[in-house]
Amino acid sequence: MKLTLKIWRQKNAQDKGGIVDYPIDGIEPDMSFLEMLDVLNEQLINKGEEPVAFDHDCREGICGMCSLFINGEAHGPDRGVTTCQLHMRMFKDGDTIFIEPFRAKAFPVIKDLVVDRSSFDRIQHAGGFISVNTSGNTIDANTIPINKHDADKSFDAAACIGCGACVATCKNSSAMLFVSAKVSQYALLPQGKVEAVDRVLNMVHQMDLEGFGNCTNTGACEVECPKGISLENIARMNREYLSASLKG
Amino acid sequence: MALDSKIPHGPISDKWTDYKDHINLVNPANKRNLDIIIVGTGLAGGSAAATLAEQGYNVKAFCFQDSPRRAHSIAAQGGINAAKNYKGDGDSVYRLFYDTVKGGDYRAREANVHRLAEVSANIIDQCVAQGVPLAREYGGLLDNRSFGGTLVSRTFYAQGQTGQQLLLGAYSAMNRQIGRGKIKMYNRHEMLDIVIVNGKARGIIARNLITGEIERHSAHAVVVGSGGYGNVFFLSTNAMGSNATAAWKIHKKGAFFANPCYTQIHPTCIPVSGDHQSKLTLMSESLRNDGRIWVPAKQEDAKAIREGKKKATDLSETERDYFLERRYPAFGNLVPRDVASRAAKERCDAGFGVNKTGEAVYLDFAAAIKRYGTEEAFVKGLDANDAALVTKLGAEIVKSKYGNLFQMYYKIVDEDPYTTPMMIYPAVHYTMGGTWVDYNLMTTIPGCFSIGESNFSDHGANRLGASALMQGLADGYFVLPYTIGDYLAPDIKMGEISTDLPEFVAAEKEVKDQIDRFINNKGTHSVDYFHKKLGKIMWDKVGMARNAKGLTEAIEEIAALREEFYKDVKVPGSANEFNQELEKATRVADFLELGELFAKDALHRNESCGGHFREEYQTEEGEALRDDENFAYVAAWEYKGKPSDAVLHKEPLVYENIKLVQRSYK
Ligand SMILES: Cc1cc2nc3c(=O)[nH]c(=O)nc-3n(C[C@H](O)[C@H](O)[C@H](O)COP(=O)(O)OP(=O)(O)OC[C@H]3O[C@@H](n4cnc5c(N)ncnc54)[C@H](O)[C@@H]3O)c2cc1C
Ligand code: SF4
Ligand code: FES
Repeated sequence: MKLTLKIWRQKNAQDKGGIVDYPIDGIEPDMSFLEMLDVLNEQLINKGEEPVAFDHDCREGICGMCSLFINGEAHGPDRGVTTCQLHMRMFKDGDTIFIEPFRAKAFPVIKDLVVDRSSFDRIQHAGGFISVNTSGNTIDANTIPINKHDADKSFDAAACIGCGACVATCKNSSAMLFVSAKVSQYALLPQGKVEAVDRVLNMVHQMDLEGFGNCTNTGACEVECPKGISLENIARMNREYLSASLKG
Repeated sequence: MALDSKIPHGPISDKWTDYKDHINLVNPANKRNLDIIIVGTGLAGGSAAATLAEQGYNVKAFCFQDSPRRAHSIAAQGGINAAKNYKGDGDSVYRLFYDTVKGGDYRAREANVHRLAEVSANIIDQCVAQGVPLAREYGGLLDNRSFGGTLVSRTFYAQGQTGQQLLLGAYSAMNRQIGRGKIKMYNRHEMLDIVIVNGKARGIIARNLITGEIERHSAHAVVVGSGGYGNVFFLSTNAMGSNATAAWKIHKKGAFFANPCYTQIHPTCIPVSGDHQSKLTLMSESLRNDGRIWVPAKQEDAKAIREGKKKATDLSETERDYFLERRYPAFGNLVPRDVASRAAKERCDAGFGVNKTGEAVYLDFAAAIKRYGTEEAFVKGLDANDAALVTKLGAEIVKSKYGNLFQMYYKIVDEDPYTTPMMIYPAVHYTMGGTWVDYNLMTTIPGCFSIGESNFSDHGANRLGASALMQGLADGYFVLPYTIGDYLAPDIKMGEISTDLPEFVAAEKEVKDQIDRFINNKGTHSVDYFHKKLGKIMWDKVGMARNAKGLTEAIEEIAALREEFYKDVKVPGSANEFNQELEKATRVADFLELGELFAKDALHRNESCGGHFREEYQTEEGEALRDDENFAYVAAWEYKGKPSDAVLHKEPLVYENIKLVQRSYK
């Protein structure tokens, strides 16, 4: 396949940045999107130019490290996948592809396509945990039976990979889907109930401090989320938040 | 220097308890005067960081990703073992211990493995208390499944994302401590050297990957939990960033490197599709619970399939060779990984491979779909003779068990595994070798510890499924927190260690010099160019089967490639910025040394065992032929300037509780 890539290049956080065109040839439909970029980078290095910086690690859709805004969509045109799982068979010979970083005030650009998502970590520091000691001197796991339905729902929420596609997709740059996924995981488990009130208040507070926007229930996040995290979680978080505020 | 494994005396089942009863403890008030550096925040490093911080130590944790949550442990799919006997199928601490020692082909240290089996049950309790959503049965109790190499169901799981959930559990425990200020987290930082003062590990040199700044960090002890080195093969199931640098740098400063040649090749990976390939994707071994592995019985059918003239579904049951079920009737598709991998290679080498390159076998779910579908039809009172209905019901069950794996396969291969069998082939997966550690998990550098996949200790020559996650969390949550205290107890009056010491200055200079050398090198080839070449030598000559001739060649070729690399590598950009090519260059430089030691170790070990298969040493039936008389030891290599000069030290392995027998899965 022959393609024209229009890639955002930005030397560092201070640089203004802009789109640069890169024609590329010999791309196979079997390649992943990131392998296509590897091919481009190899060519750039051989020509003495600087390769395009982009984040990635596991390349199997689980670490949440890869990002990329492709033709105006977080993780590109395919559904239910991350950028590393996107394959070139989704594109046609001769296509022009726009490749940009995830854009949000709370995700400053580090270089080219790499953004800083540590705001997500800081939200977790504020309450994304259950306060138990890690000594192993706890009760036998089977003495906390959990209804399979709840356990599965909790798991579904816990499957969030923290990629930030929801934020990048949202016109308000809201982090509600991400935060609600963690709140839900614990809210659905008996272990998480004890500090549920503090958790939701603290996490939401930190989310606001980080500069994420508000949720206006557009639902774009759910559509672009590679892990199918459901909007139901946002509703659950709102309930938790409301009742916590009343108690608080 | 003599190796002292410090295995406590006494009966195996009392060793750990007795040890804990007699070690030195650090008073909680003194713990806050002690700093611990932890390199790596995977299951091992993350759980250690959280626990040590909770105990009161000042922890500085490092990872090269942008968040601890992204460590490679996140990718583990299948599950984690624990001797809980919830199923009542005869599991026990002893049985887990026994299976692990046997599965490791009697090249693991008994005392460590027993300790691992002992604490395994606590791991599950701990994780559940932390809110890890492990799979449940309808009654609300935890579910289990079975894994290769064992006859009991002792594996706990969270769909096909067990590593993810366990890591997020450790990450959440870390978050709690980060929020309290007890852990200082350094994301996007790479350790590039260790600093040794008066013979003790006292700090590290790290590069801030965003700014390029070289930083000095001091501590009273350094813990390395940097994961495995499978990426020395370039293509592996490891994440792209996984590397050997931390482990290799401590090796160069005095930590012995043990059993580098023990590498696990995992049987169920998606086969290579072309030259562009950047990594290989694992299909969890749990699939072997329900998938049957086969190739065509006749070569001409295999050929027709390769040429696209026939499809898998065209072959009837009798035209298929279920080679694992045929060769190993007792374990069938659930034989351990080394056995399954070699059997697949053997069939493909003999001309029965089923993809274009002839390097793939089938993993077929048709029988499971039918079995589950029929059962479900009965349960629901529907017509079990309605084939379409049965298939639909069966596919739903299979989906609930392995849905995400099937989707992953579909996205990569563009074929639907519900209707056509998956194609799989073995790939490099896990490294059982690593830094040598004693019972305390301390390396041969005092004050430098190594945990999780980066150490060598618990798996022997082969790793059974679901045991690496167990070891990572055991080391981090339950073992290191005791043993490190014993080491640190005499250090309580030491005070903070200055980073102005000459040892820090010297180590920093070494790191800066290497970086400058790369940046100023006016070479012609990219880092990947060399990495791929190294990977090819490794796979061809040091891969699934090895022989003396190939290994001797590999040693020379790797040394030559290393020389070429330093002359001809091109690293664009500068040192003082975010520079991913530079990151790769420092990692590949270390792989180019490690690869040679790896081949040297494989060459000296004149036997086959577990993941190390020497073609010269096999039984008439083509099974691995171990030599316990001469090789029942850990090979621990001491660095002496270059890999070829490394000196071998042997830690004899003593089996007091388990009799050494030939491993058989027939
Ligand atoms: C695809 C896949 C599936 C698997 N499935 C299973 C399974 O089902 N069951 C099982 O038991 N095991 C499984 N394993 C094996 C298991 O996942 C790993 O062995 C285990 O997670 C390793 O954990 P770790 O903490 O030792 O290292 P890792 O999780 O690899 O963590 C390494 C850490 O070190 C950091 N690091 C490395 N070098 C440096 C440096 N120089 N400076 C700073 N930081 C550094 C990294 O940033 C990272 O935080 C699987 C492995 C793979 C690849
Ligand atoms: S909710 Fe979905 S899109 Fe948002 S961070 Fe999690 S996985 Fe990514
Ligand atoms: S690289 Fe890990 S999710 Fe894409």
